[in-house]
Amino acid sequence: MAKRNTIVFFILLALFAFAVCAIIYPMFGREELRLGLDLQGGVHLVYQADFSDIEPGTEADAIEGAIAVIERRINVLGVTEPLIQKQGSDRIVVELPGVSEVEKAKSLIGETALLEFREQGVDEEGNAAWVPATATIDGEEKTLTSGYFKENTYVGQNSLGAILLYFEWDEEGSQICGEVTGRLIGQPLAIFLSGEPLLGDDGQPIAPIVQSVITDRGQIEGLSLNEATELSQLLNAGRIPVPLTPVYEQTVSPTLGADFVGMSLKAGLIGIILVMLFMIIYYRLPGALASLALIFYGAVVLAVFKLIPVTLTLAGIGGFVLSIGMAVDANVLIFERMKEEFATGRTLGAAIEAGFNRAWTAIRDSNVTTAIVCVILIWLGSSVVESAPVTGFAVTLLIGVLVSMFSAIIVTRTLLRLFIGTSLAKKTSLFSAHREKK
Amino acid sequence: MFNIAGKRFLFLAISVILILISIVALVVFGLQPGIEFSSGSMLTLGFEQEVEQSELKAELVNLGYSDVILQRTGTGDFFIRIPELTTEEKTALEEDLSARFGPLTEREFNSVSSMVAAETVHNAAIAVGVAAVGILLYITWAFRKMPKPFHYGTCAVIALVHDVLVVLGIFCILGAILGWEINLMFITGILAIIGYSVNNIVVVFDRIRENVRRGVSPDFEFVVNSSIVETLSRQLNTSLTTIIVVLALLLFVGASIQNFAIVLLIGIIVGTFDSICIAPTLLVVWDRGEWGRLISLRRAKAKEA
Repeated sequence: MAKRNTIVFFILLALFAFAVCAIIYPMFGREELRLGLDLQGGVHLVYQADFSDIEPGTEADAIEGAIAVIERRINVLGVTEPLIQKQGSDRIVVELPGVSEVEKAKSLIGETALLEFREQGVDEEGNAAWVPATATIDGEEKTLTSGYFKENTYVGQNSLGAILLYFEWDEEGSQICGEVTGRLIGQPLAIFLSGEPLLGDDGQPIAPIVQSVITDRGQIEGLSLNEATELSQLLNAGRIPVPLTPVYEQTVSPTLGADFVGMSLKAGLIGIILVMLFMIIYYRLPGALASLALIFYGAVVLAVFKLIPVTLTLAGIGGFVLSIGMAVDANVLIFERMKEEFATGRTLGAAIEAGFNRAWTAIRDSNVTTAIVCVILIWLGSSVVESAPVTGFAVTLLIGVLVSMFSAIIVTRTLLRLFIGTSLAKKTSLFSAHREKK
Repeated sequence: MFNIAGKRFLFLAISVILILISIVALVVFGLQPGIEFSSGSMLTLGFEQEVEQSELKAELVNLGYSDVILQRTGTGDFFIRIPELTTEEKTALEEDLSARFGPLTEREFNSVSSMVAAETVHNAAIAVGVAAVGILLYITWAFRKMPKPFHYGTCAVIALVHDVLVVLGIFCILGAILGWEINLMFITGILAIIGYSVNNIVVVFDRIRENVRRGVSPDFEFVVNSSIVETLSRQLNTSLTTIIVVLALLLFVGASIQNFAIVLLIGIIVGTFDSICIAPTLLVVWDRGEWGRLISLRRAKAKEA
C-alpha cells in the first residue's frame, strides 16, 4: 500500500515537472499560450453572405470560394495566424490578431477587386459619361472586366522606368477585348475599380487611347508601385463570389490587450494565494497539502491550455479563476468528511480513507452537473456570432472541473497518505480534527 | 443543532419576497440591454489631453449623435455607446473629435447589427432552458434509487430559477441606478451561476441520499435537517474561497469583466442561501404535501405588501 503510494507520488511529481516544462518551454510546436483577440489586440469581423443572386444549391461553394479569396487577400497583409472560417451556413468569421491597420484590413476584405473597362458614351439623361465597354459574343452582350483576367498579373517596368501592371486575357476575354478595341481604335478606354475611375500616380483617371486591336494580353500604365502591387495581388486573389455585409465587429488595441493580460495574471495569482492561505489556516496540514495540490492543478491546467491549445480570452480567464475557487471544493468536501469520521472515533488513517470514499459521490454528481452546463454552453457558443466569451468561459471551466477532480482526489490523497506513517500524523491538532466530546 | 428544515416557511417566505421584489424590478425598471442585445456600437477612446466628460458629450451632440451614453473608465479613457456606426462614420467621428480635443487612440471598437442581436437573445434563452432540462434529467437519474427521484431534480431547478431571478432583479435595480447594461459577459455569468449553484445543491442532496440509505431517521424532515447541518461548513467554505477569487477578479481586472464578476458575486451569495435554505427544504414541503400552505403564505404576504 505504502509502496504503491510512493510510486503514484513519483508519477505525479513527473507529471507536474512535465506540466511546468510545457508551460515554460515550447513543446509540440506550441511556443506560447494562445491568447484571444481581446487579450492580444486585433480585429474580429463577421460577414453575412447574401445568396439572393446565387444559384440555389451552390451556396456552400460560394462561401468556400469567398473564404479562399479572403485568405489570399489577408496573406497580402502578412498577418500571423489569421483565422478565417465559416459560421453556420451563411456567415464568415475573420479574426486577425494584432493588426494595427484595421481599416486597411477591412477595406481589403470588402474590396470587390473588379476592374471594369469603360468607353465614352452618354448616360440615360443624355450627358457625356463613361459607359461599360461591351461586346456581343455568341449573341450575348458582355462587359469587358477583369473577371476575364488570368490570375497571373504582375508588376514590372518598361524601358522608360514607368510602372506597368501586366495582365493576360482568358479565352472569352480575348474575344471581348478584340471586339472592343477593334471598335474603339483612336478613342480612350477608361478603367474603373468598384465604380470609381482608377486614378494614376498623377491623380488623373487612367484612360489610355486604344492604338491597336488587343486580344491576348495588355498592361495598365500610370499607377504608383504600391498601388500597382496591391491591385495585382487583389486581382490574383480572385473575386469574392458572393456579396458580404459586415454584421459584427470588435476591435481591441494591442496595448489594451496587454493590460488585460497583466491584470488577469495578478488577479489569478492573488486569488490562488488567498485561497491557499484560507485552506492552511482553516484545515492546517491537510489544507497545506491541498495548497500543493492547487499549485499542481494550476500548472496542469495551464499546460493543457497551451498544448490543446485553448484560445484564452478574458472570459476564459474568468472561467479559470472561478475554477480555482471551485478546485478546492472537492478538498473541502473531503476534509469536512474526514473530520466527521475522525470525530466518530476512527483512526486518522481510516478517517482519511473514509473521507475520500464517502465524499466521492458528492464530488462526482456536483461536478458532472457543472460539466453538463459547460457542454451546453460550448454548444451554444458555436452558434452565436460573438461566441468568444461564452465558449472561452465554458471550455476553461470544463477543463478546470475535470483537472480539479483529478488533483483533489489523486494528488491530495497521495500526499496525505505519505504523512500517515510519519510522526506528524500523531499530532491530530495539525489536522484540526477533534474527537466528539461525550 | 440548527433547525433549518423546521424554519422552512420563514426561509421560503424570504425567498418569495425576494422573487416578488425581483419581478417588480424586472417589470418597472427592466434590464438595460447592451449592444449585443439591442444592436449598436461601442467605442473606447483615449485622449492625450485632459478632456471633460461634459465637453465630450456636448461635442458628440453637436456632431449629431444625441443618443449616446458616455462613461469614464478606470484608466481615464472614455467609453462611448452609440447607435450602429459604419466604418466611414466611425473614421469621420474620430477625425472630428481629434480636431476638437487633440490626438486620440482607439482602444476598443465593437459593433453589432440588429439581426445578430436578436439571435443572441434567442440563443441565450435556449441555453438557459436546455441547461435547466439537462440538470433536471441528470439529477433525477442520479437519485433514481431514491423514492421520488423527480422531486430532487425539480427542487434543484426551482432553486436555480430563484437564484437567476434574484440576480436579474438586483441587476435591474443596479441598471436603473448606475446605468449598467447587460452584455454577453453578463449572460456568461448567469450561466456560470447555474453551474455553480447546482453544484452546491447536489452536495446537500447527496448527503440526504446517504442519510436516507443509512436509515438515520424515519422522519424525512429530520434527515434533511441533519444533512443541511452536516454540509453547512462545506457550503460556507467553498462559497468563501470562490468569493475570494471573484473579488480578486473584480478588483484587479475591473471594467471589462465587471458584469461577470458582480453577477457571480451576487449569484454565489444567493446560491449559497438557496442550497442551504431553499432546495432541501422544498423537498420537505413536497414530501409532506405542504404546497397549499406555501400558496396561502404567499397570499398573506401579498396582502401585507
